[in-house]
Amino acid sequence: MKKILLGDEAYAQGVLDAGLSGCYAYPGTPSTEIMEYVQNSKLAAERGIHREWSSNEKTAMEEALGVSYAGKRAIVCMKHVGLNVAGDGFVNSAVTGTNGGLLVTVADDPSMHSSQNEQDSRFYAQFAMIPCIEPSSQQECYDLAKYAFELSEKNEIPVLIRLTTRLSHSRSNIETADAPSAMNDLHAPNNPRRFVLLPAIAKGNVKKLCEKQADFAKLSEESPFNKLIDGKDTSLGIVATGIAYNYVMEAFGGNCPYPILKISQYPLPKKMLSTLLNKCDKIMVVEEGAPFVESQLRGPLEDPRIMGRLTGHLPRTGELNPYLVAKAFDLKVAEPPAIPDLVKMRPPRLCDGCPHVSTYNALKEAIAKFEDPRVFGDIGCYTLGALPPFQAISSCVDMGASVTMAKGAADAGIHPSVAVIGDSTFTHSGMTGILDAVWENANITVMILDNGTTGMTGGQTSIGAGRLETICIGLGVNPDHVKVITPLPQKHAENVETIAAELKYEGLSVIVSRRECIQTLRRKK
Amino acid sequence: MKKDIILAGVGGQGILTIATIIAQTALKAGLNVRQPEVHGMSQRGGAVEAHLRLSSDHIYSDLIAPGTADLIISVEPMEALRHLDSLSPTGIIVSNAKPIININDYPEVEKIIAAIEAIKGSKVIDADKIAADLGNPRSMNIVLLGAAAPFLGFDPSLLEATIASLFERKGQAVVDANLKAFHAII
Repeated sequence: MKKILLGDEAYAQGVLDAGLSGCYAYPGTPSTEIMEYVQNSKLAAERGIHREWSSNEKTAMEEALGVSYAGKRAIVCMKHVGLNVAGDGFVNSAVTGTNGGLLVTVADDPSMHSSQNEQDSRFYAQFAMIPCIEPSSQQECYDLAKYAFELSEKNEIPVLIRLTTRLSHSRSNIETADAPSAMNDLHAPNNPRRFVLLPAIAKGNVKKLCEKQADFAKLSEESPFNKLIDGKDTSLGIVATGIAYNYVMEAFGGNCPYPILKISQYPLPKKMLSTLLNKCDKIMVVEEGAPFVESQLRGPLEDPRIMGRLTGHLPRTGELNPYLVAKAFDLKVAEPPAIPDLVKMRPPRLCDGCPHVSTYNALKEAIAKFEDPRVFGDIGCYTLGALPPFQAISSCVDMGASVTMAKGAADAGIHPSVAVIGDSTFTHSGMTGILDAVWENANITVMILDNGTTGMTGGQTSIGAGRLETICIGLGVNPDHVKVITPLPQKHAENVETIAAELKYEGLSVIVSRRECIQTLRRKK
Repeated sequence: MKKDIILAGVGGQGILTIATIIAQTALKAGLNVRQPEVHGMSQRGGAVEAHLRLSSDHIYSDLIAPGTADLIISVEPMEALRHLDSLSPTGIIVSNAKPIININDYPEVEKIIAAIEAIKGSKVIDADKIAADLGNPRSMNIVLLGAAAPFLGFDPSLLEATIASLFERKGQAVVDANLKAFHAII
């Protein structure tokens, strides 16, 4: 069948057609559309495939590992920074090994279009000592699924699938299979003790994992996704990974005079690399993300034959494009016309009618009475409160950090110290911070902006929305200092008063500011 | 055949509807398609863009190289100029005239329109007004698509079937209204 699909969707269709039993995920750009595609899939509904959002990437990772333990095929999807959250379960899943195929699917965001950093997940795969597949096209996103599940099952190892923004969020015509493969039957793992990571068992598992490395390297040499393409001019050789391969081919008009090693599967295919290095005088390494391959090839002695991001031939950070890649090869390129000064910046902003606008207006007024207040922000639409006209938050670091940074700042003597966090971010990683604050009755005010949804990523399920005050009281917050306000312009004075009173209170307060996201509300109409 | 098109606008204006109609039609016409688009934070009232690459040959890069686009279709005039660095020396702009003024320092609209019209072959049309006059203000996108249709590199009438199937589930009246919008200035 011919279809036009996003890279994320092509991958989702691929895993569905390859006999998926469970999809687990927490929303995060640019990975969100994988789960959304599975949720909208007729096949997934017919087969009863698991497709609910999880509280965070760690719970999702472990749930997917449970499916694998039971012998079925699972994927867990997240954005790159989500892998930090899932890190514990992820690294240890390499030690337990898998039973049913398990694909840890991570969408990196080079250039940080919607992210706080541009970490490259290939380092994580290397760190956990597992294979990694980095498709170069939407068709490969689809094609790799069956192969990767088989690789995972045959070697009893999770496989990291690395996507990047321009692959995840670009549509392409792709060919899909006519009929899906069967799902795995429930079956126990061979040697189930390997899932019990007591030191005595873990030691043996880690040794085995080390022994498997040679097999993984051999698989990379034979992978259908790695290929060495010959070229007449050996004055230069090219290593191109993932989507960067496309930019190289585009720059040379599909006709490259130099030998190219296209890498889409790791660990690095050493034989292929040595063939290229022996044949060519110099090597240009082109990769979307960090200089992961380049730094390994350059080595600690900085082999001058190896060029790329570390030598300034390509920018050290940010995503690539055909222009930057063509420049690296000194190819003649069209020089882009200048953008006239008439064009002004148009940054994203909170929507008209957004409940966060009323919350920030009330908070700003209530807090203005204090000498040196600090508001610690978090990850979500409300992070836009850092920009004009609000300029209301002092930090945005990672999921849940508003609560814990506010507590640390209060511990150090800042008052008032306020946290602003959304409902979904709160249940993702804010609750444990509240437990710390309860234990010490920390002098902070936590504002939970409950708009009933995971708004920034487009309105996905938010697991604790609508019952956050119950959750906070359950965690031990004094019910007298758990307040609920409705962020509406006509309730402004009342809301200012409630917030001001809790700012004055010396101890932990939680204010839930609850009104539905204007986007999800509009969609219902 | 090869066409590189930039679609531009402000988050929420629905540039992806235009992109979808062109891409689906191109697929039916046997062309290869790539369409990178913006999801996530910038969708919230900020500047948004999509690239659309159509070709009878294999397409490697998802992104259009700067200075090589054949066409910019913009539903907002200042957003058209934001992508001028993408346009090839022979490329043209088809833009809506109506500004979205959600920033404090929005420039004089007349100057923006003059800058677009200074690019040879470019067109600025008041798609909002045309759509409103036709009694269907929401079809602004489709009016603009009609204006851009002659420059897409395939038979514009092929777009009609895609428009019809896209709006099919909303009833024949909506289909007819959109086809009328499509033909307003084609």
